[in-house]
Parts: sequence; C-alpha cells; structure tokens
Amino acid sequence: MTTTLDTPRRSPQRPRGARGRAPITVASVWPKVLWVIVIGFFLCFFVVPVLWMLLAPTRTDHDIVVGAPLAFGSFSDLANTWDNVMSFQNHALMTWIGNSALYSVVAMVIALVTCVPAGYALAMTKFRLRKPLLTITLLVMLMPSATLVLPLYLEMDALGLDGSVWSVILPFAFYPFGTYLAYTYYVATVSDELLDAARMDGASEWQVFLHIALPLAKPVAALVAFLNFVHSWNQFFLPYVMLPSSEQYPAQVGLSNLLTASPLFNSSAGISHILRPEIALAALITSVPVLVVFLFAQRALVEGMTAGATKG
Amino acid sequence: MAIAITRHRRRRSAADRGSRAAYGFVGGYAVLLVLFGLVPLGYALWMSVTNHKGQLVGLGNFVRVFDDYRFLGAFAHVAIFLVEWLLTLMVLVVALALMLHARLRRTARVVRFLYYLPGAFAGAASVLLWLILLDPVASPVGPLLRAFGWQTLNQVIAPENLPPIFMVIAFWTGAGSWIVIMYGALNGIPDEIIEAAKIDGANTFQIATRIQIPMLRRWIAYMLILAFAGGTQLFVEPQLVSTASGGQVSDAWSPNQLAYQFAFAAADVNGAAAISVYLLVISLGCAALVVFKARLFDKD
Repeated sequence: MTTTLDTPRRSPQRPRGARGRAPITVASVWPKVLWVIVIGFFLCFFVVPVLWMLLAPTRTDHDIVVGAPLAFGSFSDLANTWDNVMSFQNHALMTWIGNSALYSVVAMVIALVTCVPAGYALAMTKFRLRKPLLTITLLVMLMPSATLVLPLYLEMDALGLDGSVWSVILPFAFYPFGTYLAYTYYVATVSDELLDAARMDGASEWQVFLHIALPLAKPVAALVAFLNFVHSWNQFFLPYVMLPSSEQYPAQVGLSNLLTASPLFNSSAGISHILRPEIALAALITSVPVLVVFLFAQRALVEGMTAGATKG
Repeated sequence: MAIAITRHRRRRSAADRGSRAAYGFVGGYAVLLVLFGLVPLGYALWMSVTNHKGQLVGLGNFVRVFDDYRFLGAFAHVAIFLVEWLLTLMVLVVALALMLHARLRRTARVVRFLYYLPGAFAGAASVLLWLILLDPVASPVGPLLRAFGWQTLNQVIAPENLPPIFMVIAFWTGAGSWIVIMYGALNGIPDEIIEAAKIDGANTFQIATRIQIPMLRRWIAYMLILAFAGGTQLFVEPQLVSTASGGQVSDAWSPNQLAYQFAFAAADVNGAAAISVYLLVISLGCAALVVFKARLFDKD
C-alpha cells in the first residue's frame, strides 16, 4: 500500500536547517497566519456544533436559551433529559435504533457478498456480459437512487413485500458503487499473472477467488462495508415510504417523529417533554453506531479509495 | 494436427469453465441489479408515458407536471443548491486538503479527524441539530444570526435562505470525508515529483496548481459526481424544515418532495413517475458530462 496516512514525506537530502536560518519577515509570516485563521475557522465550524450537541443534554431548555452558549449543565439534568427521551412513545427510540442496526447490518452483509465477487469478476475474468454489466453498473451508480423510490414502492407492492423489512433491506443491499469500487481496486492492484499462476497449479476459479483474490481485497471490502452501512443508516426516503408502522421505523424516520412531537417546531404538538436537550440527545444517541464505525473507518476510507491511484 | 485440436479444445473448455464461474461471481449482484435497478427504472419509464388505466399517453404526463405551479420552483431550488454546494465543496475541500498537507503533519492529523467527525451525524440528526443552531433564540451563534437581522427561526429558514442553509448542513456532514480522501490522494503523489519541481524553482502555489490539483482530478470528479447525485435527491432536509416552519416552507420544495406529493397526496403515480424521469435525465446528463470531461472511467 503506497498510500498511507502520515508517512513522512520529506526526503532526507533536503537541507532541514535552511528554513530555520531564514530571516523572519512579513512575507514569510503571513502564509502561516493565514493558515491558522482558515484552518481555525473551519475547525470551529466543524467542532462547535458537535460540542454543543454534547453539552445540550446536560442542561435544561431554559438554561440553553438564557445561559452561556457552550456550558456544562449538571448530571441530574442529563438524567432527566435521558428519561424524557427514553419515555418518548414507550422506549420507541431504542426500537428504532435496533431496527436501523438490523437493516444496515443485514444489508451490509448482502452488499459485501454480492459486490466484492462481482467487482472481481468484472475486473479479472472474461465473460460475454462483462461489458454490458459494467456499463449498466456505472449508469445506475450515477442515477439518483431516490428517484427510484416510488417505482420501487409499487414494485414491492406488486410482489407483496411492501411493509416487510425486506422492502428496505434488499434495496439498501443493492450497491453498485460498491461493485464499482471493488472493480477499480482489482484492476489497479491485482495482476492477471498472479491469478494465472494459481490456475496453472490446478486451482479452480472459486479457489483462485477465495484463496488469492479475496484476501487481497480487505481494504476495499472494509470500505464497501463502511460506506454501505452509513448509506443504509442514513436513508430516510425509502423507509419513510415503505414502512407503514412506527415499530418498524429506522432511527432516521423516528427522529422526524420526534420533531413533529416537539412544541419547539410544531405549535400544535401540545405539552411535551421533547425540547432542545432531548432533541440533541436523541440526535446523538441515534448517531452512536455510525460514530463508532466512523472512528475505525478513516484509514479504510483512504486506503480503499486511493488504492488504484498510484499503482495504475 | 491432432495435438493442436485437443489443446484447442481443452483451452476452450477451460475458458467455458472460467466464464461459468464468472457468472457465479456476478450472479448475486446481477439479480439485485435487475430487481432493484432495472425493473424500477423500466417501471418508472413505463408509468411516465401511460395513464392510470395503463394506456399510452405519449408525453402527456411530462407536459402536465411541467405545468404544475410548483414544478419549476422545485427544480430551480435544487439547481441553486447544487451550484452553491458543488462550488463550495470543490474549492474548499481542495484548498483545505492542500493546506493541511502543506505543514504541521501531527496537528494536521488531529484537525483532519475533527473535520471528518460530523459525517457521523448525517441525515435527520444533522437537520434537527442545525434547526436548533439556526434558531437565534437558542443558538450559540445567536448574536451572529441577529446581526443578519434574523430574530426568529422562521426568519432564518425563509424559503430564499434554504439553498445556502442546506449547503452549510451538507458541507458540515460531507466535506470532512472528502478532505480525508484528498489528503490520502495527495500522499500518493510520489515525493520525487514534488522535489523535482522544487529544485526547478516552483513555489508552493505553483506546485499545488500545476502538479497536485491535476493529479487530484480523478477524485475531484468522483466527489462532484457523488455530491451531485446526492444533492439532486434532497428530501429529508426540506421535509423536516417544512414541518418545522409550520407551513412557511412548501412541502413540495424539492423535486423528490413534489413527486411524493403527486404519488401520495394526489394519488397520481404517473405524474410522480414523470417527475422522477425528469430528474433522472437531468442528473445522468450532468454526470455524463463530468465523466467524459474527467475521463473518469478510462481503464488506465
């Protein structure tokens, strides 16, 4: 893997001391100042909302309105916020998160099992439908998938699947971008000679794939898994249309229920405990699984996406 | 001669075996592709040219939805959003990745991670969060919002402000991942090239514009295509904002919402299909343009 994070780039021949001896002038300082200002501004832009979301559940709604912008409240307020969120529609939030986890994980497994072998076959083998399949994959990949939600709904209706979990899992699992990523990865990193050598030794096509090609695909498999999981977790339109009952909602659709139930955004919501701290906490809790995946995925993201770049 | 024939035959059967295995490899994916890609696509196309009785009506549905008073508005909203969003994304992601790559590597790693983190809150969570952050009453940047003359949430989320607001939300959740990817791609540029340019007297700016940015072309095109395909689909953002605005923002602000309204509020699936087909044709046209411009799918 030539692309790694944070490998030292400077070659040792470069005179390191030269910069230190250069006189400090206005012209040499201003790029640094500009760097700090720009990078710092965007740091605030990206971090402050997260910080606010972490702090808001520890405060009361009143305190958020009148108090300091970013401040810690108290643990008792946090417990109170937690109780309000959990008691919303009888622990509905946890059900929704469980649904999201189920849909996303099953879809991810199916996507992996279908995309990686397909990408491999498109890149490394010859068969008559290779070219059409590749073209259609690219075409569907570029298509905004939400435009197909309504025809999909009617199709599921015709199949009798509307309202079942498969009506969301199977469309989530169909992931042409994953196939395309696996395809480019194999094209760029695995040579035909390597596979031919194994074939000469009498390995069958399946053995070649399972023992040689599949282990090599780890970075791209991790990337496909990550992207598909996040993609499924964040879907709103498809489950919103497909699933009729609140017990089946994934977290994203559930959050919109929370919004409708809050007097902050809906004046006809009546008396409710769903105010700013509760909304912040709900947004936070429903994002925890993605957050965990995100923490581990940064490297996979870089390795999988840029693998083809410099080897090509 | 006999030997040649047997060898030829043996090679043929090996190739058959190989191609049979290939169909096994692509089988699962191909089934999903047909069921959830091609069939709904064909179905949408069919419905867009027929009426509710299944009779062909030519382009009737297309003319009818085009004449709907919400149609041009919905497409214009998304067009404005896309122009703002793609320009911002392209300029800032490339600039920030180059800046982070240029100095203070250890700091850059932390900064990059913090930029990337909000991506975990994409979707409805980010919209809810920003709806609160954009409310001058409770926002940590309340004074800033009031400086723009906005006193209430409804003034902030006025219809004409929505494209830039959605741009900010999309940038907040989406830019970090791309900065991480661009950074990785920059690391992939061999040292020798940069060193050679430095020896030839190129400054940082020249290295960026003449070497680094051209070498990022492929990822910039990638980013634009995926951001574009994502951006045309706006649904959850305007849907939630519309709910929160108490009717001030139309529930048919974006084309997907309009299609939803046609299908479920007016029970006009043919009209909805026509809107989807408009959206498909426009997005595929624009995507194709980028693909050919950047020669993205060349097998190099």
